[in-house]
Amino acid sequence: MSKGLPEARTDTAMSELVPEPRPKPAVPMKPVSINSNLLGYIGIDTIIEQMRKKTMKTGFDFNIMVVGQSGLGKSTLVNTLFKSQVSRKASSWNREEKIPKTVEIKAIGHVIEEGGVKMKLTVIDTPGFGDQINNENCWEPIEKYINEQYEKFLKEEVNIARKKRIPDTRVHCCLYFISPTGHSLRPLDLEFMKHLSKVVNIIPVIAKADTMTLEEKSEFKQRVRKELEVNGIEFYPQKEFDEDLEDKTENDKIRQESMPFAVVGSDKEYQVNGKRVLGRKTPWGIIEVENLHHCEFALLRDFVIRTHLQDLKEVTHNIHYETYRAKRLNDNGGLPPGEGLLGTVLPPVPATPCPTAE
Amino acid sequence: MAVAVGRPSNEELRNLSLSGHVGFDSLPDQLVNKSTSQGFCFNILCVGETGIGKSTLMDTLFNTKFESDPATHNEPGVRLKARSYELQESNVRLKLTIVDTVGFGDQINKDDSYKPIVEYIDAQFEAYLQEELKIKRSLFNYHDTRIHACLYFIAPTGHSLKSLDLVTMKKLDSKVNIIPIIAKADTIAKNELHKFKSKIMSELVSNGVQIYQFPTDEETVAEINATMSVHLPFAVVGSTEEVKIGNKMAKARQYPWGVVQVENENHCDFVKLREMLIRVNMEDLREQTHTRHYELYRRCKLEEMGFKDTDPDSKPFSLQETYEAKRNEFLGELQKKEEEMRQMFVMRVKEKEAELKEAEKELHEKFDLLKRTHQEEKKKVEDKKKELEEEVSNFQKKKAAAQLLQSQAQQSGAQQTKKDKDKKNASFT
Repeated sequence: MSKGLPEARTDTAMSELVPEPRPKPAVPMKPVSINSNLLGYIGIDTIIEQMRKKTMKTGFDFNIMVVGQSGLGKSTLVNTLFKSQVSRKASSWNREEKIPKTVEIKAIGHVIEEGGVKMKLTVIDTPGFGDQINNENCWEPIEKYINEQYEKFLKEEVNIARKKRIPDTRVHCCLYFISPTGHSLRPLDLEFMKHLSKVVNIIPVIAKADTMTLEEKSEFKQRVRKELEVNGIEFYPQKEFDEDLEDKTENDKIRQESMPFAVVGSDKEYQVNGKRVLGRKTPWGIIEVENLHHCEFALLRDFVIRTHLQDLKEVTHNIHYETYRAKRLNDNGGLPPGEGLLGTVLPPVPATPCPTAE
Repeated sequence: MAVAVGRPSNEELRNLSLSGHVGFDSLPDQLVNKSTSQGFCFNILCVGETGIGKSTLMDTLFNTKFESDPATHNEPGVRLKARSYELQESNVRLKLTIVDTVGFGDQINKDDSYKPIVEYIDAQFEAYLQEELKIKRSLFNYHDTRIHACLYFIAPTGHSLKSLDLVTMKKLDSKVNIIPIIAKADTIAKNELHKFKSKIMSELVSNGVQIYQFPTDEETVAEINATMSVHLPFAVVGSTEEVKIGNKMAKARQYPWGVVQVENENHCDFVKLREMLIRVNMEDLREQTHTRHYELYRRCKLEEMGFKDTDPDSKPFSLQETYEAKRNEFLGELQKKEEEMRQMFVMRVKEKEAELKEAEKELHEKFDLLKRTHQEEKKKVEDKKKELEEEVSNFQKKKAAAQLLQSQAQQSGAQQTKKDKDKKNASFT
């Protein structure tokens, strides 16, 4: 008897919530492929130049986090990467400053420019990580910080009148410094990476690689890779986000051969063979930072900055941030996962869609 | 416990100088490469009367013969026809969608002509908004169908804008980038053209129509954009036929009195339009659509649904909470309605039941009545039957008696006759 009712109910309900459904627009036919090269130049390829000009005008944001025990050379490495004093080294701090009792998060921003490209670089330091006697849960403040940045971004997104460019403070890349023991990863390393590889792009690096010989280095790297794999830790570039075969082969090579990069950092220059190079001077020789025979710093630099910087940002935005957003919406509103209710408003998307970028 | 220390505001950011080549100047290339592999979307809406040359101009602009049959003038209303094409030039793939207004300006009553156009544009914004609002969304490979540029074709009357043009453009200017062009410009002489253009521009200004402004904030394009803006609206001629001019084949229209060359800047502004639309400002058109028109739509739509931004220091997810509140409100209303309906239903059922009972009673009564009547009739019949039988038996008795009498009478008669005869006979003797 009451079978007829429910339909009538939802219809009235839906029409109250949603304004009159607009008529379905004319659906475009399946795209017809036309190779216009044969018919004369149109000028579509100028869009690349147009885009490039626009992005150069708006500039880029990049936020990099360094995590590792104190004394592993984090600040030096960041300074070497960006060829400027972006981090104040711990050794230059006032001697009386003690090691912090808890993990602190220090974010310092700089603006650097090169070739007309302006970049707002933020280095996020984590002094105090792994330095206590009891290091339980010392990754929690870091995870909290990362999630806070996602939250900040989401809140901006949700606004009705939103800014043209939402300031991006999300961590795009996290360099995790592994101590060059030569044996294997420490439990703290594994725990940290296990927890954080799900929320941020982690790039493990072996610090102070000048303490290992070539054979020790390659053995250590193999062991580390194996351990990471056994523990199911997906570091950047993650296998599941490879877009096409080209990406996959390229990234496979990096994943299986080069990573984790064994690096040496330095901001001092020395004269070697008539050239001024960055290096470390020791009684037995000068270790050239940018020499591929000596260490893999150049590989790391090229990987992070020259080829994958945009990709790091995109993975953070399209995957980590979206995961956070989806989880947050699910938890907060108890809304069903998947499609939002038609016509009801859920917090909308960032103001930076696919083609234009920050 | 995390302590975020020293997050300086923008003004305090230090400008650092680099002591060597870092390499992030390749960043725009990295970005562009990603976009190139995904392809670009560009959607053009052509608004203009039937036969004004929209399809031909599109063919000319993109050097292709897009297949389409010319529309008739008998359309009952305005409808929009969208077609998508994939064009490729060097390594750039463009998904081009051309939306045509079929039947625009043909009706006798053109009051509602602009409505289907506005609805179509809004529908594309709506689709994007819906995708944005999903929990699990994939915006980075969303096929963007929002209109990036609207070419408004003005008929070359030589006088001024038609009122339909003004009304339509006024309705569209806050939703889409409008680029007005004068179609079939080969019907206007040069001196008339200049007057016509200035008349149109002044009419647009005085009616407050906001057409698309070519961006002048970036040095490389500011100059060319500024010089081109002076020639708005562009007077164009479209043609896909080629005519031999000199020793080359060029797109042109051949008349008995001469040849109008499409790509000759003295003849028409086609080249300027192509420069502005495609080669200089395509990306800016897309960006304006997204950051201005779409945001405006989104803002209006959300406000319409009752959401507001609360103060910055209020609880987070004000939108979410408002939504929750609304949802609960809605559910509550739903429940109330349900109750009401149920009650009404129950009442109706009771009524019907009562009615039916009444009817049943009546029926019973009737039945009883009938039964009684029937019985009475039956009794009457029985009585009558008895009577009849009695009569019959009486009759039989009487008959029998009569017969007896008759036979007696006969006998006595016979005897009498015999007696008489005998008497007679005796008398004779």
